[in-house]
Amino acid sequence: MTLDILYFAWVRERVGTHKETVETSAATVADLLAELRNREERYALAFSDLSAVRVAVDQTLAELDASLENAREVAIFPPMTGG
Amino acid sequence: MAVSVQTEDFDLGQAVRDLTGDRTDIGALVTFTGLVRDAADGSLEAMELEHYPAMTEKALREIEAQARERWDLSACLIIHRVGRLEPGDRIMMVATGSAHRRDAFEAAEFLMDFLKSRAPFWKKEHSAKGADWVDAKDSDEEALYRWQR
Repeated sequence: MTLDILYFAWVRERVGTHKETVETSAATVADLLAELRNREERYALAFSDLSAVRVAVDQTLAELDASLENAREVAIFPPMTGG
Repeated sequence: MAVSVQTEDFDLGQAVRDLTGDRTDIGALVTFTGLVRDAADGSLEAMELEHYPAMTEKALREIEAQARERWDLSACLIIHRVGRLEPGDRIMMVATGSAHRRDAFEAAEFLMDFLKSRAPFWKKEHSAKGADWVDAKDSDEEALYRWQR
């Protein structure tokens, strides 16, 4: 499937891009992160500590084990600091 | 009932007047305003607020909907700014109106607690030494527990 991946804050800076489109067969967000980590060093650096990473699937906050079935957009970012 | 994500400043008084209008059913109105606080040594030059445009308003509306489900709210407003701000600038505000003060106070606190760690905003602080992303605090996450039921 084709997925848009968005990165924010220091995850965006470490990955080096705000948005990219990937072809993947990952079943879950965690699978997708593992796939990216194996792809290039910059992803391994950005996702080295998964406890420091939050995700959203199709603009809704999700857990790392969330399914990617029918997903179109995944966002990866640090814990949020609003307010 | 409104949420706004914007770069421009807001006028608290005007926002409240717009929210309550000529309504007569609101007996209690609580507002909270968040400001950019300088570092203790006065070194903060700017605070940059990044967000996830496609998700931000949706997340705020969902948080607002949860508050309306739990408390008897007759009016609710969330304004959150993004972009580059300086010490002293207004970052965000919430306003909650209800027939009685308890609902208005509690709902305002609930909104603030969820905005802190469940709305897709990220703060970066700029000083002469460089720029650093603000770390989320454990206490912000813990603040959500008290709303669990």
